[in-house]
Amino acid sequence: MSTPADAAVSTGDIPYGIPLERDHPFDPPAAVMALHRGSEMRRMRYYPEGRLGWLVTSHRLARKVLADTRFSSTLGGPAQVPIPMPGVEAYLDFEGDFPLTPGMFIEMDPPDHTRLRRKLTGVFTVKRMKQLEPRIAEHVNERLDALAAGPRPADLVREFAVPVPAMMICELLGVPYGQRERFEADARAIFTTDETGEGKQRAMLNLFAFIGELVAAKRADPTDDLLSDLAADADLTDEEVAGMAILLLVAGHETTAKMLALGTMALLENRDQWDLLRERPELMAGGVEELLRYLTIIHTGLIRQVKEDFEFEGHQIKAREYVTVYVQTANRDEAHFIEPEKLDVTGDAKGHLTFGHGVHQCLGQQLARMEMRIAFAGLIERFPGLRLAVPAAEVPLVTGQSFYGVAELPVTW
Amino acid sequence: MVRIVADTEACASSGMCALTAPEYFDQDDEDGRVVLLADEAEDCDGEVADAVRLCPAGALRLES
Repeated sequence: MSTPADAAVSTGDIPYGIPLERDHPFDPPAAVMALHRGSEMRRMRYYPEGRLGWLVTSHRLARKVLADTRFSSTLGGPAQVPIPMPGVEAYLDFEGDFPLTPGMFIEMDPPDHTRLRRKLTGVFTVKRMKQLEPRIAEHVNERLDALAAGPRPADLVREFAVPVPAMMICELLGVPYGQRERFEADARAIFTTDETGEGKQRAMLNLFAFIGELVAAKRADPTDDLLSDLAADADLTDEEVAGMAILLLVAGHETTAKMLALGTMALLENRDQWDLLRERPELMAGGVEELLRYLTIIHTGLIRQVKEDFEFEGHQIKAREYVTVYVQTANRDEAHFIEPEKLDVTGDAKGHLTFGHGVHQCLGQQLARMEMRIAFAGLIERFPGLRLAVPAAEVPLVTGQSFYGVAELPVTW
Repeated sequence: MVRIVADTEACASSGMCALTAPEYFDQDDEDGRVVLLADEAEDCDGEVADAVRLCPAGALRLES
């Protein structure tokens, strides 16, 4: 069997996976930007065995692919990944379809996806998030008080960026925040690219056991939360309820947390932007969109699998081929955004694809927006002189997860 | 004037329309699907045009 390195040499200009190495903490990998400038869509080889698939890098085509359900979200069949992951060789022996995780509607197509997603969409509307605003502000203020009372320097990731969204999603779901040690490590493992498939499966089983217990408890003794509502829904199996809850718990933990910490670092490193938001708080809503666009924490792209042969943009797409939509370059596409390489909180970031596009577009996006607006505004107001406590180059970056960010952010004031 | 047409079957309840043009779009309390607050808009209304363009599910369109 040839190794990935051999294949890369023998296949000329077809990249073997996405080159994820970065030169600058806030910019997409330079090598992917170069591919993007070359063409909107190209052939790419996937791990483990170098099977041909596609890489989409432009904004126009990213939108088009994500809106087209012929590019399936179900990843059944021989697993292909656009980055080398430990244990991925095990996939070589995998003949059948990958088992579907119950309730995990992010990996489903309509109508299965629609049925489960619609059970949750009423909870995450713009209106509901507006009602939640004071509660989010309480959590934010509580963490800011703790930060102010604690030692300097402080790690903004641990003290602020992680707990704020974690407390909120736990509260919405009805998962006791005090029991987070029972699920946090497993929740993280799901998104860790240097975790083996076996490790991820183990983490998923642990999560199902933990949430399964809670579902049974909520059914017996319902409380005023989402998990109780789902447990009472006769149309859902216990496993589906658990899978849906795990998806929300995991997604609600990692994503906004990464944005809050990396976003703070980006504002501190672009001090004029921090000052603009301090002087003109009305810019915050647009500023959050711009941070979402500029930082695009979706590190490894959005992956789809083709179910049948068809022609797309002049390319013959074949059944079972994988397509990776690289959102980072799409959000830096000069054909769509003005001066996309700059962070400009007064700019127009509308149409960024950080929450995805199509029917799978982020379910929790309105919650994430509200959390970020309140959290950044609170941080800037309470700590106007906040600064990094170490040189920016020494801030440890997280590159081994599906979501990009900083592992720690030492700050002082 | 242009007519605003919403396909509630296609709607993915993302809330992009209610976020972008709140005077024209709301969401159903039960499942978050689009609810039209007006069925017409001025041709030049940028917010409505943005909402239509930003809809992730292609559930909105304008008819003249």
